[in-house]
Amino acid sequence: MPAPPLLALRGVCKRFGAVEVLKDVDLEIHAGQVVALLGDNGAGKSTLVKVISGVAPADKGVIEWEGRAVHIRRPHDARDLGIATVHQDLALCLNLDVVGNLFLGREIRRFGFLDEMAMESRTIELLGRLTRAVPELRAPVVSLSTGQRQTVAIARSLLGDPRVLLLDEPTAALGFEQTTEILDLVDALRDRGMGVLLISHNLGDVKALADRAAVLRLGRNNGFFNVNTVSQEQIIASVTGATDNVPRRGTSYEARW
Amino acid sequence: MRRATENEQADDAAAAGGGTAVRGHTVSGALRSCGAALRRRFRAGDLGSLPIVLVLATVWIVFQCLNGNFLSPRNLSNISVDIVGTGLIAVGIVFVLLLGELDLSVGSISGLAAAVFAVLNVNNGVPEWLALILAVLTGTAAGAVQGYSCARTRVPAFVLTLAGLLTWNGVMLAVLGTNGTVNLDEHGLVADLTDYYFTNDAVAYCLAAVCAGAVFTFSYLDRRRRTAAGMPHRTLRHIALRTGAIAVVAFVSAYLLNRFQGLPLALLIFLAVVAGLDVLLRHTHYGRQVYALGGGVEAARRASLNVIGIRTAVLAVSGTMAAIGGLFLASRITSVSQTSGSGVLLLNAIAAAVIGGTSLFGGRGTTWSAVLGMLVIQSISSGMAITDTPSAAQLVITGGVLFAAVVIDALSRRSQEARGRA
Repeated sequence: MPAPPLLALRGVCKRFGAVEVLKDVDLEIHAGQVVALLGDNGAGKSTLVKVISGVAPADKGVIEWEGRAVHIRRPHDARDLGIATVHQDLALCLNLDVVGNLFLGREIRRFGFLDEMAMESRTIELLGRLTRAVPELRAPVVSLSTGQRQTVAIARSLLGDPRVLLLDEPTAALGFEQTTEILDLVDALRDRGMGVLLISHNLGDVKALADRAAVLRLGRNNGFFNVNTVSQEQIIASVTGATDNVPRRGTSYEARW
Repeated sequence: MRRATENEQADDAAAAGGGTAVRGHTVSGALRSCGAALRRRFRAGDLGSLPIVLVLATVWIVFQCLNGNFLSPRNLSNISVDIVGTGLIAVGIVFVLLLGELDLSVGSISGLAAAVFAVLNVNNGVPEWLALILAVLTGTAAGAVQGYSCARTRVPAFVLTLAGLLTWNGVMLAVLGTNGTVNLDEHGLVADLTDYYFTNDAVAYCLAAVCAGAVFTFSYLDRRRRTAAGMPHRTLRHIALRTGAIAVVAFVSAYLLNRFQGLPLALLIFLAVVAGLDVLLRHTHYGRQVYALGGGVEAARRASLNVIGIRTAVLAVSGTMAAIGGLFLASRITSVSQTSGSGVLLLNAIAAAVIGGTSLFGGRGTTWSAVLGMLVIQSISSGMAITDTPSAAQLVITGGVLFAAVVIDALSRRSQEARGRA
């Protein structure tokens, strides 16, 4: 019996009012693996991320953490489990500086006051590991470039030593060099045994980086692929729905992975 | 970078000291490093409190030219007491502005608190200290109720507090009852709030020394910790320059106040409250949450901050400060009437916070802006009175300053965003 996946979703449903955004979605993330989550616009990818990160809790379905059923109702719950999220909109406070953003909600305190020095030194250490171009730590985030903001958002997610990292389109707005930097980073995190869920529209990135790909279409699972053996065309066909030979949430999908 | 206001003062004094070139090249080296830091901030679109200090200097110079008595110890001392009541209310407004909201009920709450105190103490014989506490708690409760309903219903605070403005005003009239005006005890605790002066010169000088000493000690300890950890730190020259600048301001103020009646108790309380709340806002977990919420509700929510709790707490602070301010205003005229807390009080409090440099868009500003803004407003009004200018001109000029402050705020915000897009 292999070790249970770090994080598993079984039959997760989510509706916003009358719209059923996610219907019976399954997903597994194993330690040391990068799972790509693919799907057309409106397929429910970002909603799935919000479900896992506790921003928009699931209506129905089971979420398992290392084989144990857990409830994720608030962002706090997900963080306590060890799930970190980088949202597509980054969710940074533009008026706070880099250090303030990194430690927002979990400030280091000394005699009851903020310990700016300890936070700054951890920030320097963390950013130094992530990037070659460390932004100015005491400048408000509003004055940073998109790539620098992305780095800050990722650094913030890594602060609590999470075991699963959710990245919602981390490279969508980045240039070539910054994209490479982020992808290298994801690679390094996988090597350290972290489970990564990577949402991306860029099949090149997915092919280069991911171990597995899960496809969402209109809020349902529309296939699971082993990225190394499946052709790009098959994945695209599954994303667009131009296919009949891809199993729709087959009960034995794990065999095909 | 974080200690904006003190830095500004240090830099201002540095500029003044540099002209006279008393201390040679160590000073000029520190000046250069300060200058570089300032330039970096200006490019980032953050003017800090520099514009407001310039405005204040201009106002003082103009009125001093028009009437030689303007900068006399007597007039400055009066200004320093007159700013306290509205200034305390403006401090509460700063908290609300940091969330990007507006509290329109502070005028009514200040009147209500004064009325509660007057009726309890004068009409019903409740001891002064108890009546004082109950009056302040009335303000806290009124603010908290507004904050909670505002956070729950997600109605913008300015609409909800507009309802509060009417409601609390009605409650105040009901509390005061039919006889309208209540005169306070001329020698009581509340009357003393704005009427007590520390006539002993030593008090003001000692406090000035304590201030400068505290600034130096904290900067020095911070520097030592940072050096030990191999982190970037301020230079000793920078610290000395900053402490020196603050000491100059403190001792000159102490000297001027002692030339009249000594340090006013009201001013001491005001500055202590402002400094305390500044520490709360910028150096505690709670304050960081307030700034974060002003910078982005969604980001704050995703960092699992308690948005409802923070909103409630901020409007409760605003209500509390309004009540305290109301008591100081009542103390100044030793009476409470049906017009307490009405008129331009609310507008002046909001204008003071904005003129002082707190952003209307939320997330930017410190409690010191209430002091600076009130100084400008009160200086204009006092100068107008001294030079016999009609009050029409006073309103127009105050309006002009407010307009300029808002424009600067909007421009600096835009330039920051433009830099971010680059």
